[in-house]
Amino acid sequence: MMRARGDAYDVAVIGAGMAGMAAALFAAEQGLSCIQIGNGGSLLFASGLLDLLAVHPVAEGRRWQSPYEALAALAVDEPGHPLARVDSASIRAAFECFVSALGAAGLTYAPLGERNRQLLTSIGTIKTSFGVPAAMVAGVDALAARPPCLLVDFRGLREFSAAQIAATLAGHWRGLRHQRLEFPGYEAAAELYSAHLARALESGETRRRTIALVKPLLGDARALGIPAVLGLARASAVHAAFEAELGVPVFEIPTMPTSVPGLRLLGALESALGKRGVHRRQQASVHALAFDAHAGTAELELGSVSGCEHLSARAVVLATGRFTGRGLRAERDAVRESILGIPVQQPDSRAAWHQRDFLDPAGHALNRAGLSVDADWRPLDAGGKPVWPRLFAVGSILAQQDWMRAKCGSGLAIATAWAAMGKVRTALRGTVPA
Amino acid sequence: MNPPVLIQTQVLIIGGGVTGTALARDLALRGVDCIVVEKDDINAGASGRNHGLLHSGARYVARDRAAAIECRAEGAILKRTAAQAVQDTGGYFVAVQGDDERYVADFPALCGQAGISVRPVQLAEAHAQEPALSPRAIAVYEVPDASIDPFRLSLESMAQAQSLGARLLRHTRVSGFEREGRRIRAVHVRPRADAQELRIEAAQIVNAAGAWARELALLAGAPIEMTYSKGTLLVTHGRLACRVINRLRPPSNADIMMPGGTVSIVGTTSTRVDALEDIHPTTADADLIVGEAARMLPALASARYIRAYAGVRPLVGSADGADARAVSRGYALFEHEDQGLDNFTTITGGKLTTCRLMAERAADLVCRRLGVSRPCMTATSFLPEAAECAWTEPGRTPRAWMRSHGADDMLLCECELVSASVVDTILAALRANGDTPTLTDIGLRSRIGKGACQGAFCAVRTAAHLYQHGDFRSSRGVAEILDFLRERWRGQHAILWGEQLAQAELMEALHCGLFGEELRDAGVPR
Repeated sequence: MMRARGDAYDVAVIGAGMAGMAAALFAAEQGLSCIQIGNGGSLLFASGLLDLLAVHPVAEGRRWQSPYEALAALAVDEPGHPLARVDSASIRAAFECFVSALGAAGLTYAPLGERNRQLLTSIGTIKTSFGVPAAMVAGVDALAARPPCLLVDFRGLREFSAAQIAATLAGHWRGLRHQRLEFPGYEAAAELYSAHLARALESGETRRRTIALVKPLLGDARALGIPAVLGLARASAVHAAFEAELGVPVFEIPTMPTSVPGLRLLGALESALGKRGVHRRQQASVHALAFDAHAGTAELELGSVSGCEHLSARAVVLATGRFTGRGLRAERDAVRESILGIPVQQPDSRAAWHQRDFLDPAGHALNRAGLSVDADWRPLDAGGKPVWPRLFAVGSILAQQDWMRAKCGSGLAIATAWAAMGKVRTALRGTVPA
Repeated sequence: MNPPVLIQTQVLIIGGGVTGTALARDLALRGVDCIVVEKDDINAGASGRNHGLLHSGARYVARDRAAAIECRAEGAILKRTAAQAVQDTGGYFVAVQGDDERYVADFPALCGQAGISVRPVQLAEAHAQEPALSPRAIAVYEVPDASIDPFRLSLESMAQAQSLGARLLRHTRVSGFEREGRRIRAVHVRPRADAQELRIEAAQIVNAAGAWARELALLAGAPIEMTYSKGTLLVTHGRLACRVINRLRPPSNADIMMPGGTVSIVGTTSTRVDALEDIHPTTADADLIVGEAARMLPALASARYIRAYAGVRPLVGSADGADARAVSRGYALFEHEDQGLDNFTTITGGKLTTCRLMAERAADLVCRRLGVSRPCMTATSFLPEAAECAWTEPGRTPRAWMRSHGADDMLLCECELVSASVVDTILAALRANGDTPTLTDIGLRSRIGKGACQGAFCAVRTAAHLYQHGDFRSSRGVAEILDFLRERWRGQHAILWGEQLAQAELMEALHCGLFGEELRDAGVPR
């Protein structure tokens, strides 16, 4: 039992990836007092695109133009899939709420609509996604119409080759040209990092020099594609300046991590949570979590370099992610949930975790392992009962989904956070507010 | 159909492993013209899938003194003539509680009888020197074991042979033998599946195909008996010991941990297999190795593993039962004259440590048949270093990069610090041989893809670099990245738990989640 009892909150959200951010945002939107524990490091791996559902069934690799038709098919084929358990009206509402909060925080997304969109990636594959940052949306149009188009990249930005994209698409896009540029002011650097370039482009001088390099190369191009480095906090101004000076639509192409659109997402979400009064403990991790049956609260012990902190919450949302997020821990004999040791639905033995072919169409069985939850998103103990009446789980830690293959990571995070937060609010009715 | 293109040479060597490349070098040094045909790439078989041990011979003193003596002599030769490929770390033989004490007691005398220097090490000294040793160690002996980089050895042997006029045809399969009486008149080979067949006329043909020697001998009409033994090894993320650490007991599973530059390599297993296709490490192999090796080195129970690989030992002879350890690890030279062939030789079996000697014996036979009287030079002449062959050694690229990197020399691999200039050196050598470089070729010749990320980042960077150079065109890059990652995955799935599983998840999130590389027509807009 823990000694001290610290501040009390309605909801403690453990995790600060896409699902934890969405859960904290939705909690605040519902007027609940909320504390979020965890750093947003996993968002640095985000592309900026908000996938909803693009591929189903995974084994067939079938891509869908309409995420909602895909969701309807998923609900029939895989009723246990977490996304199959959220109705489409809720998913629409969740995405609208999430994207409008980002917009209010200065990170604009294109209007969502009903369709998936297709975009170029930095290696020349075609990505099908749903929520597209405004700075990328001209790329959707360009890929659809395929007008004369110029792609540029920067020497030293190692994971990005405009030549590769143009060569890969050459058979499908006649007027696609490419050009490598020296990034102004970084001529002496061997390696460039996208975040540095993004910050540099917020300076008017670097921006003008970059635009001056691009302009004479445009020729007949009716659109310009560029690595996603057009500014950080002031990204929309940087993007607008490029379009105004160049006179053609300019689109960013998502890059490998650490990605600038991921940094923008992190910044916008932090700002949105801050405005809504969400308390955050970014450097802390949960050392202990216990439930006080008498008080009806969860008692959390947080640890960080600055010491130990205790707090209590009337509801807890686990949004701790999978293996990279540290929500699940794979040991040689089994997968375990990291904080409470909640039973993990998983294959019988490690031999069944992975296919021998990395790209086996069926996907790896381990990717469908995770927490089983009841209809109210509460993880279940070994006896099939909720671990605690007000402990909820959202996002990629949930079982029976393979977000990497189905291209549904953000959708899974946002939709389950929304749905679970509805249950949190219901569960908190009749308890004493914090 | 066009008639096959005719190529002529004195000796055709089938197989580009440690034996085939050593043979090409040996023959080239004697002034004999030769061609190596390799169905895949240098060291693609067991030559590249072993623990890189340069035996002192101590492992064999109890069971096979002749093999022990042979290893002792050959180990000394390679340490002298191919020093650049050898890390002369020394080795410990370690017994732990429960091991056969009579074997332990006999060991030093047996080493002495084989001429192998052996020194008893006080336990306190052993623990101070190698802190990873189990506190349950009961006896430790030091022997002159060393580690050798088989890729560097083969690449530099082949490079020297080529500088003397030998030719290498990679990705070239033997499709048939043309016989005429007691001679093979020509060998038909096919470079890549879609290319035109070549007809190679050679006075002598040497089958140095390692585990595939049985298939080739059969195709030539001179069958030999062989047994295949699969051995699995695990690679740790960090290096756990300075020396080679052997278990002091009769040969068994998981009785060695090798230093491999920045990593340790732990193994092995021995499982009899009947086919050469689809050889891969299994989770059961990995568990067996971790469990057993941890008795000697407890840190192995909780170490991070980044890779597993399995090779097939070509053993000459037949074995009953599942354990092929009973079959001799010695090499065999088949003259095939009793099978009605006068210009066909098979050299197989053996060990990495004795590859030079195997090549010498085969070359002696071939030269006798050709009427060439020049003696073997490889026991005394140094193996020249070649700039493009030096990059498989772990830890070399960081040193080179620290010393000389310029503003235009970006790092393509951040795990192993492989810079673009290193890749360019390798590319230039491949192009000079008339090859179209692939990511896999570069991976075999460097540390690209060998670090913790197992290619997730460096494959993309290297592909981008190859597009920039014009080596890659059209949509080949995605397929190349996929081939590379698939090959890396074959060595990962058996050891995915803990940190490395998180790393693998990141790889899939990037390559499938973001790039969608697993989807058909991933690069086709609709």
